[in-house]
Amino acid sequence: MAGGAQGSGVDTAANIFGKACGYGGLYVFGRREYHSNIKGLHSYFHLRISPKEILANINDVDLLAAFDAETVVRHINEVVSEGGVIVDSKDINTKVLDIATLPPEFKEELVKFMKENNVGETLNDWLNHAKQKNVQVFPVPYMELLNQIGEKLGIEKISKITRMINVLTIGVSFALFKYDRSLAEKAVRATFSGKPKIAEMNVMALNHAYDYTEENFKNGFKHRLEKTAVDEKRLFLTGNQAVAMGKVLGGCRVQTYYPITPAADESEYLEAHQILKTGGEEEAIVVIQTEDEIAAVNSASGAALAGARAATSTSGPGFSLMAEGLSWAGHSEVPLVITYYQRGAPATGLPTRNGQADLRFAMHAGHGEFPRIILASGDIQECFYDAAKVFNLAEKYQMPVIHLLDKAMANCSQTYPVFDYGKFKIERGELLTEKDLEGKEYQRFRFTETGVSPRVVLGTKNGVHWYTGDEHNESGHISEEPLNRRLMVEKRMKKLELVKKEVPVEDKLKFYGDTDSENIVVSWGSPKGAIIESLEKLKQEGFSLGFMQVRLVHPLPAEDVKKALEGKKRIIDIEDNYTGQLGGIIKEKTGIAPNFHILKYTGRPMTTTEVYGALKAILTDKASERQVLMFGS
Amino acid sequence: MGLKPSDFRTDVFADWCPGCGDFGIMNGLHMAFAELGLEPHQIVVVSGIGCSGKEAHNVKAYGVHTLHGRTLPFATGIKVANPHLEVLAIGGDGDGLGIGAGHFVNTGRRNLDMTYIIHNNGVYGLTKGQASPTLQREMQTKSLPKPNINEAVNPVGLAIISGYTFVARSYAYDVRHLKEIIKQGIQHKGLAFIECLQPCPTYNNITTKAWYAGEDRKDPTTGKPQSRLYKLEETGFDPNVRDWAEDFQKKMAAMDKAREWGDRIPIGLFYKNELEPTFQERISNRIPFYMNRPPAKQKLGDENGFSTVDLTEFMEDLKTS
Repeated sequence: MAGGAQGSGVDTAANIFGKACGYGGLYVFGRREYHSNIKGLHSYFHLRISPKEILANINDVDLLAAFDAETVVRHINEVVSEGGVIVDSKDINTKVLDIATLPPEFKEELVKFMKENNVGETLNDWLNHAKQKNVQVFPVPYMELLNQIGEKLGIEKISKITRMINVLTIGVSFALFKYDRSLAEKAVRATFSGKPKIAEMNVMALNHAYDYTEENFKNGFKHRLEKTAVDEKRLFLTGNQAVAMGKVLGGCRVQTYYPITPAADESEYLEAHQILKTGGEEEAIVVIQTEDEIAAVNSASGAALAGARAATSTSGPGFSLMAEGLSWAGHSEVPLVITYYQRGAPATGLPTRNGQADLRFAMHAGHGEFPRIILASGDIQECFYDAAKVFNLAEKYQMPVIHLLDKAMANCSQTYPVFDYGKFKIERGELLTEKDLEGKEYQRFRFTETGVSPRVVLGTKNGVHWYTGDEHNESGHISEEPLNRRLMVEKRMKKLELVKKEVPVEDKLKFYGDTDSENIVVSWGSPKGAIIESLEKLKQEGFSLGFMQVRLVHPLPAEDVKKALEGKKRIIDIEDNYTGQLGGIIKEKTGIAPNFHILKYTGRPMTTTEVYGALKAILTDKASERQVLMFGS
Repeated sequence: MGLKPSDFRTDVFADWCPGCGDFGIMNGLHMAFAELGLEPHQIVVVSGIGCSGKEAHNVKAYGVHTLHGRTLPFATGIKVANPHLEVLAIGGDGDGLGIGAGHFVNTGRRNLDMTYIIHNNGVYGLTKGQASPTLQREMQTKSLPKPNINEAVNPVGLAIISGYTFVARSYAYDVRHLKEIIKQGIQHKGLAFIECLQPCPTYNNITTKAWYAGEDRKDPTTGKPQSRLYKLEETGFDPNVRDWAEDFQKKMAAMDKAREWGDRIPIGLFYKNELEPTFQERISNRIPFYMNRPPAKQKLGDENGFSTVDLTEFMEDLKTS
């Protein structure tokens, strides 16, 4: 784990570290935590590294690289016995309660901890306390090392290179792990690929710290990182990046957005890569930063009516503003895609933290009754494929599709084999061209068996038609006639039946573990990784447990859900919210209610350690019906 | 053989009050489209909410009757997706300058090549006559319980400082003038704003047709009413910016004209600048083939529907082996 003040390069350090591990054939899972702040407040990146595939984080920290004193007090108790802490020598005498960025309610916790454990007020006292638990402390004089590098480079102003503290800690870490330093060099160069001068400075810092560590900590460190050979191509990417690539694959050619955490990174990434190579002529995605989310959703609808595959990307507060536009799109049968990254809510909430409390909101936002699809991804790979699939769903069924994600997936980074995307098929549904329309009278909202009327995009010859937010007749003109109204409502709503019938099984529900067991977990979204890992661990211990991941959360495939849950002894609902929203929806649609809940609403994603613990408590009859998880700073 | 104005009619009953200015604006649109030689499928009329919003249904062209205040965002998305469409946004004064004021200003920053017409009658007609953002302070139109407590927005002035590159005003009962202004607006390279003054015969009993016509101020010698409206083009006013060096001065002159109200109200073209790059040109600077293959015209898949996008470049940066 690397931690420090926001703006001090924690993110960059973690990415370099993760990349370097990836180059060595290792799997990486990274969790990024940061405050809603530009500079100064605490942020950290927790990387879990293994030669085997990993799907989530755990609580334990083997090595903590602290850029500053706050990182030590925040995380030292997460460091395991025989783990280590890299700390700036100059911070050793810092009085922990003097750290300016600590909020009062956290200081209270510290005071309590100090009293209970008889720990003194300086960082050194804290480090000594850790040493008693067999944690190794590695004090490194960051500024001294930087001065030496500055001298070598002929740089007088050290302030210019203090940003490299992050790379120093990478050098120290890899030296302790005895990891191949050339891979770290490669990762540094890749990270600063556009800036060769800066890259070389950082390589120098990396090596200087590596050498310093080898010389000064001869007793070494228990943990090792060893590279392994791999024969497959792998990626190390975030959910935001996966979604952006998926959208491009799915044919998204207009993306609108208003800056909001944690969605904006996706749009920026798209804009940076806006020219697209294809098998034929180049294509491109136009990214528009609008004046607000109201404009974002409605511009996306406009673009969709004109025939472009269009999307907007946002999180809770932005989606709140989109509610009216969503209702219009549902009513006018617009193939609109909204990528919805949930974050800690309500209100501004925890803008940079995780949450899954918007499921019911996504289901019900917008006035009136109209059809929509909500597809929830559970990991970064699903983020990619689903981001492409949602455009097919939107156009085939002519309705808004919400791709429901969360901050944990947006900002986590994970290793995957290179995505195999060559078989993705663009399905535009019933779309008529100028030729199809020749000599025919066209009506946009013609009543049909399925409720889906053949679509024509704006500008098509022979296809002039109208849209209105008022109730319309088949031509798209305003109509308040009761019979027409009834038929139009039914036309729109019955499309959901088609969705339930046609969406492939694996996009509705996914099953893991022992589904014949009398115990089953139900969940959706980012807890997936921690659940699957927990299942495996529990299986090794002889516990039998299945897991149903709900992907099509709306319209819920109630029959299939019912079949999976009927007769189970323990149905355990796991979600990052207070009320167990998916559990409630399942109860409403199937009559079967989960009898256990594992919930978390601290804004920090679930770890395998805590999910495993909570599940084991349930399986051994030691748990209450409701367990609330707390791990994570 | 070109189309006639009547070819742009629909068989939808126009349900405005007798004497409503919307009839004039509707006719102005029909005439302008016909005279420009446009065909219905090339045009998209995007409208907002209110009496004016229904106008989209009375024009035979693609019509998108949207949400209150959101006309411009919809129009923006349509135009960006397919820049070859002739996009006209129309809406009321409350729609564009009250609930949609943020979009009014920000759309000005983009200079999309489209036309926006605001129907300005000073009231919210469809909700029975509340004060709109353009009603002057202390005015008390018929259904207001108290005189209007808010100052009025100046639509022409706001358009000029927001970056609209064609800013004009016309009058719903002078259909010839209006259709000429609409034609100019459509032909303008960039974002055109047209404020169309319009009486509301039902709820605005102050700025009525008779008031605009000056029937309360008859010439003492001839006994003829003296219209409050006068045409800028007849005064030698030159709104055209031919060189960036004269832009500021032209804007100031237009602002000065925009302040005139009461007994002398200018109509016509206040400001026009085709030097400012359009949004399409700005996008084309980044995507050179944008006009040839805009978002709505891209193929997406091969003949069998398989996506042909090559993600190699995306993935290259992310590869670890």
